[in-house]
Amino acid sequence: MTEGHAYNFAYLDEQTKRMIRRAILKGIAIPGYQVPFASREMPMPYGWGTGGVQVTAACLVPEDRLKVIDQGADDTTNAVSIRKFFQRTAGVEVTEHTCDASVIQTRHRIPEATLIPGQILVYQVPIPEPLRFLEPRETETRKMHELEEYGLMHVKLYEDIARHGQIATSYAYPVKVEGRYVMDPSPIPKFDNPKLSGSAAIQLFGAGREQRIYALPPYTEVVSLDFDDHPFQPTKAPHACDLCGAGESYLDEVITDDVGTRMFVCSDTDFCVVRREAGHEGRLAHQSAHEVMA
Amino acid sequence: MTPHSPFTDQPLLQVQGLSKAYGTRVGCADVSFDLFPGEVLGIVGESGSGKSTLLTAIAGHHAPDRGQLTYDGRDVLAMGETDRRRLMRTEWAFVHQNPRDGLRMGVSAGGNIGERLMAVGARHYGHIRSMATDWMGRVEISADRIDDRPSAFSGGMQQRLQLARNLVTAPRLVLMDEPTGGLDVSVQARLLDLLRGLVRDLGLSVIIVTHDLAVVRLLADRLMVMKSGRVVEQGLTDQVLDDPQHAYTQLLVSSVLQV
Repeated sequence: MTEGHAYNFAYLDEQTKRMIRRAILKGIAIPGYQVPFASREMPMPYGWGTGGVQVTAACLVPEDRLKVIDQGADDTTNAVSIRKFFQRTAGVEVTEHTCDASVIQTRHRIPEATLIPGQILVYQVPIPEPLRFLEPRETETRKMHELEEYGLMHVKLYEDIARHGQIATSYAYPVKVEGRYVMDPSPIPKFDNPKLSGSAAIQLFGAGREQRIYALPPYTEVVSLDFDDHPFQPTKAPHACDLCGAGESYLDEVITDDVGTRMFVCSDTDFCVVRREAGHEGRLAHQSAHEVMA
Repeated sequence: MTPHSPFTDQPLLQVQGLSKAYGTRVGCADVSFDLFPGEVLGIVGESGSGKSTLLTAIAGHHAPDRGQLTYDGRDVLAMGETDRRRLMRTEWAFVHQNPRDGLRMGVSAGGNIGERLMAVGARHYGHIRSMATDWMGRVEISADRIDDRPSAFSGGMQQRLQLARNLVTAPRLVLMDEPTGGLDVSVQARLLDLLRGLVRDLGLSVIIVTHDLAVVRLLADRLMVMKSGRVVEQGLTDQVLDDPQHAYTQLLVSSVLQV
């Protein structure tokens, strides 16, 4: 395909973007409420972020600078392909730096750097309905949202404690938005849940296959559900990053040989790079990749 | 938990002229009765006589065509859905014939009992857990089964678990649809014994639908006999069973197999 005007700006036609923007505005007006929208077929399979891509496409303007991350990293397949998609179809600038981006599309993470006013964070959502696995009937879950019947959500947490001695749900941890709607924050680790609340950025959630959009306007109160005697606790691996030495960032565990040696590195690659450039060093900072993997 | 004081003059539930038709077929027609606090009302009749239609109409599973339903001075049919559903999970309870309809099969026994508590706002795991343990004991299920799923339970245990799940929020009115159906005789006897004890201890008002006359003989204070959607006879249980007036009731009573 040639560069240039083969596509409308940001792939989608203007009427589709208009429809999606209306859904986004409605979502922002009712924080946490799942707004149905007429999801389009995108040139990528369901599960690769078709919802997030449509939301991003509807938000993008030519002046935007886009960052795309997958599990915190800028250089993974999903992130690279979506970034290239928008470079080709919208011609917008791209960046890997969280603080330089105006629109950030993410899968499974919230960046470590604090988001600032004016930024838009777009989440890719596989299953928008937090009650799905507890109550399979969609008609019934809608009724439960309507009538604020959220006792069932606590049954799930009860089961966790009964079976594992603690709330073992570690990602897609259910939250309550502004004391009203219970929302699935997409499969972000529960470590990121506190960052949902009071964020200065607009947070948009797009589920393509399920045809739902929901949103958190800036400075929305988001509370993770818990029990009085088993309060919510964000968790991470009890280590520091082996490359940049950060002790408070979310870590990926990387197995480096076949005898169980492992290293922990920041899942947010931009955060890690910025720290290393500023001179921070972790345990394995001076070994080359070859030595680490040897 | 204090039992609600039974035996007052005010009926807890008043049903007036309740009718439900399925197209041209009659579900139940013009049914009226009063249920007083602490009273157990049995509804018997053959299959298709409209007894389940009546019960599910009272429970709000479908809307009746005509009639009035007054609970504790409130018009139930005029209530908003929010209030109606709140009533269903606090002061009312519905025991299904098949425990699979009334239980969450993928959730542990403790979670099943705790669900109604959490639905009305309980947020302390320890308290929910101890309430669940307490109720496991009251329905004679060993406390070490609390983390097992109902699918690992026998039919009788599932039915007792369903009872516990419904009674944990101390409802005032319990609707039961054939609670002993599908259980073998010895398990039935044990369940009935348990039911009788609980009804008495908690001062429950119960409407129990069954085709088993032995069940109502044992449990019910009053009896209503239905045929083709209409009530053909009602009165004190012993009176109706020992001295049936209506031809259909006479047939029903004489059809019981003697051992």
